[in-house]
Amino acid sequence: MPKDSGIGASSKRREDVRFLTGAGNYTDDINIHGQAYVHFLRSDVAHGRITSLDTAAAAAMPGVVRIFTGADFEGVGGLPCGWQITDRHGAPMQEPAHPVLAQGKVRHVGDPIAAVIAETAEQARDAAEAIGVDIEELPAVVDMKAALAEGSVKVHDDLSSNLCYDWGFVEENREAVDKAIADAAHVTTLELVNNRLVANPMEPRVAVGDYSRATDESTLYTTSQNPHVIRLLMGAFVLGIPEHKLRVVAPDVGGGFGTKIFHYAEEAFCTFAARALNRPVKWTASRSEAFISDAHGRDHVTKIELALDADNNFTAVRTETYANMGAYLSTFAPSVPTWLHGTLMAGNYRTPLIYVNVKAVFTNTVPVDAYRGAGRPEATYQLERVIDKAARELGVDPIALRRQNFISEFPYATPVAVEYDTGDYVATMDKLEEIADLSGFAARRAESEARGMLRGLGVNCYIEACGIAPSNLVGQLGARAGLYDAATVRVNATGSISVMVGAHSHGQGHETSFPQVVAEMLGIDESMIDIVHGDSSKIPFGMGTYGSRSIAVCGSAMVRATEKIVNKAKKIAAHLLEAAEADIELKDGQFSVAGTDKSVAWGDVTLAAYVPHNYPLEDIEPGLEETAFYDPANFTYPSGAYCCEVEVDPETGKVTIERFSAADDFGNIINPMIVSGQVHGGIAQGVGQALLEQAVYDADGQLLSASYMDYAMPRADDVPFYTVDHSCATPCTHNPLGVKGCGEAGAIGSPPSVVNAVIDALHSGGMTHVSHIDMPVSPSRVWSAMQG
Amino acid sequence: MRIEVEVNGRRVGGDVEGRTLLSGFLRDTLRLTGTHVGCDTSQCGACVVHVDGVAVKSCTMLAAEADGCSISTIEGQASEDGTLNAIQQAFQDHHGLQCGFCTPGMVMSAAALLKENPKPTEAEVRHYLEGNLCRCTGYHNIVKAIMAASGQDVGAIAAE
Ligand code: FES
Ligand code: FES
Repeated sequence: MPKDSGIGASSKRREDVRFLTGAGNYTDDINIHGQAYVHFLRSDVAHGRITSLDTAAAAAMPGVVRIFTGADFEGVGGLPCGWQITDRHGAPMQEPAHPVLAQGKVRHVGDPIAAVIAETAEQARDAAEAIGVDIEELPAVVDMKAALAEGSVKVHDDLSSNLCYDWGFVEENREAVDKAIADAAHVTTLELVNNRLVANPMEPRVAVGDYSRATDESTLYTTSQNPHVIRLLMGAFVLGIPEHKLRVVAPDVGGGFGTKIFHYAEEAFCTFAARALNRPVKWTASRSEAFISDAHGRDHVTKIELALDADNNFTAVRTETYANMGAYLSTFAPSVPTWLHGTLMAGNYRTPLIYVNVKAVFTNTVPVDAYRGAGRPEATYQLERVIDKAARELGVDPIALRRQNFISEFPYATPVAVEYDTGDYVATMDKLEEIADLSGFAARRAESEARGMLRGLGVNCYIEACGIAPSNLVGQLGARAGLYDAATVRVNATGSISVMVGAHSHGQGHETSFPQVVAEMLGIDESMIDIVHGDSSKIPFGMGTYGSRSIAVCGSAMVRATEKIVNKAKKIAAHLLEAAEADIELKDGQFSVAGTDKSVAWGDVTLAAYVPHNYPLEDIEPGLEETAFYDPANFTYPSGAYCCEVEVDPETGKVTIERFSAADDFGNIINPMIVSGQVHGGIAQGVGQALLEQAVYDADGQLLSASYMDYAMPRADDVPFYTVDHSCATPCTHNPLGVKGCGEAGAIGSPPSVVNAVIDALHSGGMTHVSHIDMPVSPSRVWSAMQG
Repeated sequence: MRIEVEVNGRRVGGDVEGRTLLSGFLRDTLRLTGTHVGCDTSQCGACVVHVDGVAVKSCTMLAAEADGCSISTIEGQASEDGTLNAIQQAFQDHHGLQCGFCTPGMVMSAAALLKENPKPTEAEVRHYLEGNLCRCTGYHNIVKAIMAASGQDVGAIAAE
C-alpha cells in the first residue's frame, strides 16, 4: 500500500496552489516604491580594447538618473572564483581578474561595459543606445586548441597563456595507465565533443538592489539557488559589505539547473548602485541578454581510450579533455571538469587503472560553469559511448560487456579517489530490461522496418556523486567554501512548526517533501509544518541547492535538528507526566510513559515550553527551537541504467525518440511523485543535449544560437512519455535518511543512450562504417554520417 | 494613450505608451504578475492569456490593440473562494509543474486547447504545446494533466 503521508508518500505539492493561480512571487514580481531601472550596455564584439566611452549625451536623455562605467568600479573587488585547482606540476591555476564592469577591455560578446539607470526600463534602454563607445577590435580566440597554440592571442594580457590549468588525475597512475594501454589485448579509442549548452531556466535572471541609509542595510533580491553563497561572495569579496548589513533574498525562482548558483556582475552592480543612489534599482534580463550573460555549460573536447584484456575485462581508461572556461572564471567553473568529472571516470565498472588529463582553456566566449550534472554527464557520456564502441568492435553484446565489468561489492574504493558506499548495478540493469521490454525490441524493430524506418536501441549506465560535500575533503581539493548545510526547527507554542532551511527550492518541491520528513519523525500532520527558505535574514547559514544535495545534506541537518527537538520535548513531557525521561515514547504526536496509559499530546508539551508555569526551569530552558549544521561524511552515489529506443528516417536522418526508460537507485525516497518528476525533467534536458541543443560561436566569437529561434529547446512533441522506476533502492549508509539525491540523474544518464541508439539504428541498416556522431545528433549530421 | 479593458471580469483602465506590450501592461500597470515573460522572440508561451476568448501570446500584442477587449489571465482561473478549476487541479494532481514559471502559460494554453478539442490525443496535446516551453517537467506530467483534465483515463500512463 502506498503511504498517504510522511516519508514515501506522493503528497501533492502545496506550493502548486500559488503557482497555478498566478500568485507566485518571483524576483521580477518584486517592485519597490521609488525603484529605478538598470540597462546594461554590453559588448557586441568578442574581444577588443575600449578606446573611448562617452556617456555625456546619454546622461542628458529623459529620465536618466546616472550612468556607471568601469571607472566607477576601480578599487571595487572583482567577481571571485570559489574553487582553486592545482595543476599537474603543483602550480595554482591561472586566475584572471573579473571586473563588474569592463576595465579597458571586453572579452566576450555580452561583457558589460556600462550601466544606465533611469526612471523607466525603456528610458534606460534608449539612453544605453546613445552611449558613444569605440572599441578597437582584437582577434577573437574561440577554438580551444587554437587558443593553446604557440603565439595565440591572449584573452588576458596579464596571464602567461590561455591555459587556466593542466590537471592530471591520478598523476601517480599516469605511467601505469600508459603501460596497461600499451599491453592491452584490445584498445578502443573515441574522440568526441560534449556540446556547449545554455541552461535556459524559463525565468531569466533578475536582480533588485535596495538600500536603507537609516540602518545602512543593503538588500538584494535575486534569482539565486543559494542566497547565503551570494551574500558571502558579494559582501566579502566584491563590495566589502559586512554580512550583518547585507540581506540576500531568493524568492520563488523559476528554475536554476546550475546557472543560478553563480555570483553574477549584475547582482553586485544592483547592490552597489542602490547604495550609491540611495534608491532601489531593478534589472531584468531579456532572454537575448540571458544567452550572452548566463554561464553556459559543458563544452568539452575529449579523447578517451578503453583498454580490455583478452577476456574483455576493462584494464585501463585514459582520457584527455579540453574544457572551455570562457573569458573569465565563473564561480565554480574550475571544479567542473576536474573533481566533478575525473572522480567519476570509474563509472559503474571495476577498471583498476584510470588517468584523466584536463586542460582548461580561456576563450573569448561567455564563461562556462556547472549545468545540471556538471562534469558527471561529461564523464558518463565518454565512458558509456566508448564501452558501446568497444562492444561493437569486439562483437559482444553491449549490455553483457557492462554486466561483466560491473562493480559488485560495496563499499568500493575506485582508483579515482572516491568510495561508493552502496549500489546494485545488476538489479538496476535487470529492472531496466524489464521496464524497457527489451524482449519485445525485435518485434518493434521489424515493425519499424516494415514502414521503411530504422530502429535502434541504446543502453547505458551511470554513477554520480551527489550530496556535495564533505567540507574537509573539498577543502583539500581547492574549494574555498564549506559544503555543509543547516536547518532550524522552530516549534511554536501551539505546536505548529516553521523549519528554516539553507536549501533553496526552485522547482524541487521542498515545501512539500521536507515537511513529510518532520511529520514522520514527530507523528504529526504535514499541514502543521512549513518550510522557510531563500532569505538570508530568516534562515541559518546554508549553502543552497545544487549537485542533488538538498535532501541528502540539508535534509540531514533538518533530521538532526528535529532529533534535538524530540529530545528536549521528551524532557518536558517527562516532567509533565512525572515520569523518567528514559520511559517517554513519542508516537503519533503523543508522548506516553512506556507500559502505562499516561500520555500528553504534542500540543501540551509545546505549550508548556512557551508557557512554562509548570516547568523544570532549573534543568531546561523554555522554548522549543533547535538548529543543526550537517557536514556529510561522504558523497552519495546514485546510479542507474537507462534505455532509449529511436527511429531514424533513412531518407532525412531525422531521429525520433520512441521509448525512453530509466531505472534509478536513489536510495530511500521521500516523495516518489516528485522524484519521478525530477527524472522526467532531467531526461528531457539530456535528450535536448543529444538531439537538439548547441550554443554555436562563429570564428569571430559571435554567438549564432542566441535566441529560441536558433537554440533548439526540447518541446513537448520532441519527447515521449517516459517509463521510470526507482524501486531498486540501496540506501545511503552515511546519512540519517539513507537518501542519495535525484535531481541530476536524468540529465546525466540520458545522452549516451540516445546516441548509442542512433548508432545501433544505423548499423541495423547496414551502415556499419558509422562509429560515432557528435551531439546534437541533428538530421544533417545523421544524414552526412549515413553517406559515409 | 488611455485604454480600457475588462480583465478577469473587472473593468480597468490605464495609460500606455504606443510601444507598451500587453504583457507589460498586465504585469507593470495592473500588477497582475501571474503572466510571465520568458523570452523576447515570442517562442516560450509563458505569457499566454486569452483576449476575447482566444489564446494570445501577450508579448506579441500591443496593449493599445487590446483596448476594449475582454482579457482573462491566470489570476482569473480559480473560483472566488480559491477552488482551482479542472485544469489547474489536474496540474496539481499529476505534478504538471515544478518551478511554476511556465505554468500560467501552460494552463491558459491548455484551456484554449480543450475548448477547441475537448478530448485531445497525446499527439494532439504535444503538437498544440509547440509554442509553450517548459524546462523543468520534461512535459510528461503536463501532457498527462491536460489529458486528465479533459476527462480521459490517464491511469495507463506510468504514474511515477
Ligand atoms: S514571453 Fe511571450 S512567448 Fe515568450
Ligand atoms: S515548471 Fe519550470 S519551466 Fe515549466
